[in-house]
Amino acid sequence: MSVETVKTEEILEPTLPSQAPRGLKRYVPLSSYGTPYLWLMGGMLGISLTMIVGLLLLILVMGSLTFWPQKIIQFETVDGKRYLGEVTRRETYKPSREQVGELPELYREKANQFLESRQGISERFLVRTGNYERTNTHFHWVSDFQIQNSTYPEWAFVWERLSWGRFYGIPVGFQVDGKLFTEGLQESYRLFRQHFPDVQKKRNKIYYLEKEVLGALNYKMEQARLNVREKELKLRNATGERREALQQELQKANAEYSRLKENLEFEYGKIRAQIETLKKETQRYSILMQVSDGSIVPLPLATIVRGYPANQLSWFEKVLVYLDRWKEFLLEEPREANSEGGVFPAIFGTVVMTLLMSLVVSPLGVIAALYLREYARAGFLVSAVRIALNNLAGVPSIVFGVFGLGFFCYFVGTSIDQLFFQARLPNPTFGTGGILWSALTLALLTLPVVIVASEEALAAVPNSMREGAYACGASKWQTIQRIVIPRALPGILTGMILAMARGAGEVAPLMLVGAVKLAPELPIDGNFPFIHLERSFMHLGFHIYDVGFQSQNSEAAKPMVFTTTLLLILIIVVLNLVAIFLRNRLYRKFISREV
Amino acid sequence: MRSDTKDGKMIESVNAIVRISHGMEVEPAIHSTLSHLADSEVVLRIKEFCLWYGKKQTLFRISMDIPKGKVTALIGPSGCGKSTLLRSVNRLNDLIDGVRISGDMLLNGDSIYAPDVDVIELRKRMGMVAQKPNPFPMSIYENVVFPLRIDGIRDKRILDEVCERSLRGAALWDEVKDRLQDSALALSGGQQQRLCIARAIAADPEVLLMDEPASSLDPIATAKVEELIHQLRGEYTILIVTHNMQQAARVSDFTAFMYMGRLIEYAPTGMMFVKPQLRETEDYILGRFG
Ligand SMILES: Nc1ncnc2c1ncn2[C@@H]1O[C@H](COP(=O)(O)OP(=O)(O)OP(=O)(O)O)[C@@H](O)[C@H]1O
Ligand SMILES: [Mg+2]
Repeated sequence: MSVETVKTEEILEPTLPSQAPRGLKRYVPLSSYGTPYLWLMGGMLGISLTMIVGLLLLILVMGSLTFWPQKIIQFETVDGKRYLGEVTRRETYKPSREQVGELPELYREKANQFLESRQGISERFLVRTGNYERTNTHFHWVSDFQIQNSTYPEWAFVWERLSWGRFYGIPVGFQVDGKLFTEGLQESYRLFRQHFPDVQKKRNKIYYLEKEVLGALNYKMEQARLNVREKELKLRNATGERREALQQELQKANAEYSRLKENLEFEYGKIRAQIETLKKETQRYSILMQVSDGSIVPLPLATIVRGYPANQLSWFEKVLVYLDRWKEFLLEEPREANSEGGVFPAIFGTVVMTLLMSLVVSPLGVIAALYLREYARAGFLVSAVRIALNNLAGVPSIVFGVFGLGFFCYFVGTSIDQLFFQARLPNPTFGTGGILWSALTLALLTLPVVIVASEEALAAVPNSMREGAYACGASKWQTIQRIVIPRALPGILTGMILAMARGAGEVAPLMLVGAVKLAPELPIDGNFPFIHLERSFMHLGFHIYDVGFQSQNSEAAKPMVFTTTLLLILIIVVLNLVAIFLRNRLYRKFISREV
Repeated sequence: MRSDTKDGKMIESVNAIVRISHGMEVEPAIHSTLSHLADSEVVLRIKEFCLWYGKKQTLFRISMDIPKGKVTALIGPSGCGKSTLLRSVNRLNDLIDGVRISGDMLLNGDSIYAPDVDVIELRKRMGMVAQKPNPFPMSIYENVVFPLRIDGIRDKRILDEVCERSLRGAALWDEVKDRLQDSALALSGGQQQRLCIARAIAADPEVLLMDEPASSLDPIATAKVEELIHQLRGEYTILIVTHNMQQAARVSDFTAFMYMGRLIEYAPTGMMFVKPQLRETEDYILGRFG
């Protein structure tokens, strides 16, 4: 029947189909459609992702480009100066009248015209010219209106050195024992390549002797001295018969010490002499460099880390230089106030500290969560504890640093020193910042994360599993140990992952409780007892801060900031991946096909 | 109200009929049930048992004697308190906050709810198959031998033997014998249920509490489980909850009908299904319940 009606209507008003459903048309509020919200949500997600990806991309690009060898350019300015080096940065600016006024009369007009044609805007280049000992600066700004011509000198070399930063120049000769040995570019370079490996080897030997061998000797001597001092202290507090015995012991220790000292001093002298000869040998060779102002300067091979003719390199050779720099970065110690060289001690310190922290925080957090979730009776107190925990997560991390310094370093550390390391006083052993105190402070900082995550994981264990265990006659502890914990383990691990990521990236508290600019020794080494928890350490996060903001040569150090950041992120990613892999394996084992 | 006469002939075994006035407004003044049973024949005696979840009373003065070595079926509409009663026997309800009870249960004459009872020991004497399968997050093997593990038994020979025997008993052995070390959680729902049965019988319990053990099993597995119940009868006392009337009729010696937290009728199965004494029971059994 309705069909017919519709048909009639259509026939009656065929030209106005829009009027037909008029009766059905209702006002529908926009909010009842999901679409606008979908756009809103998508947009928000997009914005967040863009920011995160942008940041990561910036770090990735800047960090990975740092070590790529740049071409060497030579700018000749109108006032006759020459600047040889690598362009590190370029920017546009509005030069002032005075700047143009400083130019020689002849060129002023030309420069003004040049600027006018560009609305007074000039482009300038920051040239890394190096040769710090000659010019007292690492960088020069060169503006385009000053430039008379620019070339890429075919055989310009970059030398990276142990100190004073980079050196730019063109080789013209080779010196042995201070006397000119050869002239000519190719021949000098050949001789450099011939002698450099040997110099390097000897330098490594010197480093080994100084650091490892002499270090071990020093260590032995210090132990003997401490032994004597300990006996002295004991004697001071002893009375009666005990005194006699101690007196003898002290004498023995003293004799031992003097004997050792004599021995060691002899050894010491021997090694020193060995080092001296090695040093002399390495210092025999220098390569003569012509620098941009035309003068010729000898560059001792002993000071050189790496050198290459930047404008001659094929792509493959550039890759080699690039990889070599990464290798140095990852495996070597820093030099030149951290702005050059590697960050190995910082990597090592970060990883050891993070692992130590996880070692402390995991059992602590899991046990606390177990108590809260499985044992504590729900009530006011438990709720209060939960709220307190969540608030703890919001406390600024520097506050934890202050607490760590006051409590761990000054209170606990000093007490430990008083009790066990009296002989070393007044030098603090544990009574100052160290890797242990840093790990403990960060453990405290990340504790809420672990507890909250573990609690959630425990709460997610189905009650039916617990009941099943109880029904089998398991005690509460057996149930927790055999059923609840294995089942909750993946979730607990998630908490630990979060804590690790947080802990590894934290810097502020570490500045107070143990991270240092340059640590002379690693927290783990070959001297008994191998793990030195009291030592201060280097940390990548702190390294970033130090290189970026505390460095004298901050312009040169800036690329290192990106590289170090990239590295820190990579380390956190790796730690996370390991933990996630572990978690997924557990997940498959315990939870997967559960309904 | 129907007649409450009993027919002596129909009760071949020593049993009495339990019955209650069905008018729920009248508090049932019942049930020293099966009162003619001698103490030695009773393994579990439930006395005036009431249970509250918080303020809500769920079990009302239930009294019944579970005879030794027999299979007793609990039937009744959903939500009537069958599981609750079953869980009260091994005191699993203790774990739930706010549960209160009155009355008592006696296992071989000893109170289950006395303050000095070692609950863990008590539970070790009973096996339980829960309504929802609850395998543990570990291998099939470890699941089955769990009751032995918590007793500290490490002897591989004993464990292996128990594992195989229990799995065979639960009709699962053939399916899993090649993958005993796989996670139990990877089993299908029905397999998990049989695994839980295997676990329940692993430690040779005196009493076996089964809450709808065949609810997610196919007919073949169901038949196997029923066969298992047949085998265990005599040696074990079995208390089984089921929604399947045929199953109750097939496997049980006695049947108890519960309704709204009360025990309505408790009689030998043969009698219950042939000639129930109360109309409610009859209605329920015949599916006329509404
Ligand atoms: N943990 C609990 N807290 C509060 N009430 C509960 C709890 N467990 C069960 N109940 C209530 O007790 C009553 C009996 O539940 P029970 O599980 O014993 O029923 P049932 O007879 O086993 O039903 P079904 O046949 O559906 O399994 C129900 O009304 C249920 O809502
Ligand atoms: Mg139930």
